[in-house]
Amino acid sequence: MNLKPEPLAFELSSPGRVGVALPKRDVPAVPVPEALLRDELKLPELDELTVVRHFTRLSQKNYSIDTEFYPLGSCTMKYNPKANEAAAALPGWKGSHPLASDRCNQGSIELIWKLQESLKAIGGFEAVSLQPAAGAHGELAGVFMIRAYHLSRGDSRRVKMLIPDSAHGTNPASCTMAGLTTVTIPSDADGGVDMAALKAACDDTVAGIMITNPSTLGLFERNIEAIARIVHEAGGLVYGDGANMNALTGVLRPADVGIDVMHFNLHKTFSTPHGGGGPGVGMVGAGKALAAFLPGPIAGRKGEAYAMEVPERTIGRMKAFYGNFGVLVRAYTYIRMLGAEGLRRVAESAVLNANYLKARLEKAYPVKYPRRCMHEFVAMGNFADGVHTLDIAKRMIDYGFHPPTIYFPLIVPEALMIEPTETESKETLDGFVEAMLKIAEEARTSPELLREAPHATPVGRLDEVAAARCPVLCYRG
Amino acid sequence: MPFIPNTDADREAMLAAVGARSVEELFSDIPADKRFPKLGLPEGLSELEALREIEAMASRNEVASKSAWFLGAGAYNHFIPAAVPALASRGEFLSAYTPYQPEVSQGTLQAIFEYQSMAAELFGVDTVNASHYDGATALAEAVIMALNHGGSGRPRIMLPAALHPEYKDVVRTYLAAFPVEVEEYAGEPAAAGADARTACVVAAYPDFEGRVRDLSGAAEAAHAAGALFIVSADPIMLGLLKSPGSMGADIVTAEGQSLGNAMNYGGPFLGMMGATQKFVRKMPGRIVGQAADHDGRRGFVLTLSAREQHIRREKAVSNICSNQGLAMLQATVYLEALGKGGLRAVAELCWNKAHYAAGLIAEIPGFAVADGEYFKEFVVKTPVPAASIVEKLERRGVMPGLALSRYYPDRTHELLVCVTEMNTREQIELLARSLEEASV
Repeated sequence: MNLKPEPLAFELSSPGRVGVALPKRDVPAVPVPEALLRDELKLPELDELTVVRHFTRLSQKNYSIDTEFYPLGSCTMKYNPKANEAAAALPGWKGSHPLASDRCNQGSIELIWKLQESLKAIGGFEAVSLQPAAGAHGELAGVFMIRAYHLSRGDSRRVKMLIPDSAHGTNPASCTMAGLTTVTIPSDADGGVDMAALKAACDDTVAGIMITNPSTLGLFERNIEAIARIVHEAGGLVYGDGANMNALTGVLRPADVGIDVMHFNLHKTFSTPHGGGGPGVGMVGAGKALAAFLPGPIAGRKGEAYAMEVPERTIGRMKAFYGNFGVLVRAYTYIRMLGAEGLRRVAESAVLNANYLKARLEKAYPVKYPRRCMHEFVAMGNFADGVHTLDIAKRMIDYGFHPPTIYFPLIVPEALMIEPTETESKETLDGFVEAMLKIAEEARTSPELLREAPHATPVGRLDEVAAARCPVLCYRG
Repeated sequence: MPFIPNTDADREAMLAAVGARSVEELFSDIPADKRFPKLGLPEGLSELEALREIEAMASRNEVASKSAWFLGAGAYNHFIPAAVPALASRGEFLSAYTPYQPEVSQGTLQAIFEYQSMAAELFGVDTVNASHYDGATALAEAVIMALNHGGSGRPRIMLPAALHPEYKDVVRTYLAAFPVEVEEYAGEPAAAGADARTACVVAAYPDFEGRVRDLSGAAEAAHAAGALFIVSADPIMLGLLKSPGSMGADIVTAEGQSLGNAMNYGGPFLGMMGATQKFVRKMPGRIVGQAADHDGRRGFVLTLSAREQHIRREKAVSNICSNQGLAMLQATVYLEALGKGGLRAVAELCWNKAHYAAGLIAEIPGFAVADGEYFKEFVVKTPVPAASIVEKLERRGVMPGLALSRYYPDRTHELLVCVTEMNTREQIELLARSLEEASV
């Protein structure tokens, strides 16, 4: 970690410095009408080396998968193979334009088509669309599809979406954007969907259910087929949130257990980098009932030629053009290298790694639902002396580990959601366990070490309350 | 397997610690008859074989660098300095998550803060968020902000007739579930005709046909009716021309691809959104703010998160979570590398070269250039169907532009031509000659 304060680019600026030389004007100058001209543009002025050092130093203030173990639950922070980057950087992709003719873009459309076919096979779907740019974007598309399906049958009463209380916040937020009201379904004593509550909520106003499986507790929903049956019998459809698909590749095709429409986060399961927030891809896959409603265009094949096509009853475009194509190249590269056998090995190793960590940690960090977990598990960081999960998370930074997801899911107090992924070795996991056990010890013997953590970072804990009360959101000279 | 380090011996030891006899046993919760299906995927390849296959696919595309390229229409061929991908692809940026733990994410957080600062300056607004999926979804979310602000008494939104057709589609998709009246207006945004039922007037700056509309008076007219004024802008153009904020815009959105991101068959692009102070707490997306630690050291944090889905769930202002962080980082490096003078220089090259091209084309018998101010794109009236010109020339190393019939079937004789700093004088003159040859 680079601990030295790094000035803002504006503070490094010096009038007259130039970072990029541009070609000289080789055509006559045409004056810009005075009324249109802007007067001033306060951007920094830097030479190239200053820019390079600035961003290199900034990068050194990040934890990342390339530098540290990053067991951030629900985010699947697996290693992103460098071959993905090499494939995505090919000039044939970089310079291809979305509005050139399909004839000019046969390579791009072929890749999209092949990736669509692979993801159909992995999920058991009838068809998929790669247009949505993120998981939440895919959810929104899926919920729009469910809504459009009911309306296409003249059924306008279905305004209710059922959502388990362990769900990601994006699920209810997506429903609101699609004009549906959400009904929260509680979890049962085993961490699964409470079946009695589900049955009671199912009536002829139910549009469907949004279910994450494995759930955010890291548990496989054992009643999934019964849940799908109950919702289907009530006339609703089943949405699958694929955030946790890393536990299931080659293990279970979600469509086989009654999922009608689902998103996969290609930036989680299929190893494309998170980029400090994005871009992702929220592929949305559908079974027979909903395939015609997919957003588009999507890739099709006619003989030897590929073409972009609009699904018959599409909900429309979710974004301009065809999706985050560069991310699609990375995901395809990954799937092509792994094949079916590799994908099954991914899920098996992710699940084994998580169960191994859970087995070694659960004495010190109790697990609320002590079942066998899938690719992640949710422990609790509750200690005497006012030491909380937040303090444990911050102390982990001192040991060189990125903290897990904390205080989520909301139904587990002091939650520590740990997802090791399959790309970590037993040695790394053992090092993490040792640190976690030491921290548990410190929580009892020297709690101030935790409460004051982290100690060796560019900044200590920041006053987030003050930052939100009087927001400073831009540099103010 | 190169991405799965554990050996058989490791697995045995780990299974013993778990108390399971086999890995399969860990999956006993999954319905037995559905477990471990045959996926029917082709067998996995080595890195060498996979890259060879993908390279062959990529080579089947026609790319801008191999042609005289004049096609824009929402995805632009601009120069990307080598420092941009070199810095943005550093593993510490590339393989980090959303900066939820600020102490170990200061690199990403400070970069976002610098982006917000520079984009706010370009737009002439108080605040910019950390990105949307693209220019179209940024605009759709801005329209939703205006509808929420206006309440149920203002169900009407006004879009320019010459808004990018795909942006219109995206706005319609996003509004599908709500009783919103989407109306289109032609001509100047000041005369859009906002009334007491209007939530917002949207202006495109420039519009899909490249025209730079006069924004003066538009904000005042919208505000007089109680509506918001939203501008969807080209960020390169803002290096030279007046900012929408200085003309009174409440919300400004943009497609930021031009700022250091490749065309890449349409993605990843960069949705930009900014707003005036009044709307900061109503904006979707992540926002970074300055903060201090207990020793008074300056740092940066994600802030105002009470707007967002992970806190507010169904009451959040949007469902957005993952954004286009890396495309935003590319834009940040781009803006800092080019700086104050560089961005203006790029914009001036676009302006001058576009005007030179338009002048040459207007002199070709049978061709005409549409009236009005334009920045880097303009519509050319062609004597033969524009689609046939494109089809002829794209096979000869000249991509002359977009035949408008792609979106408007009855506009058969119109070509949208885009000229940027990438086009040399020789290419522009080749375009003019080629258009003439293709029309006889």
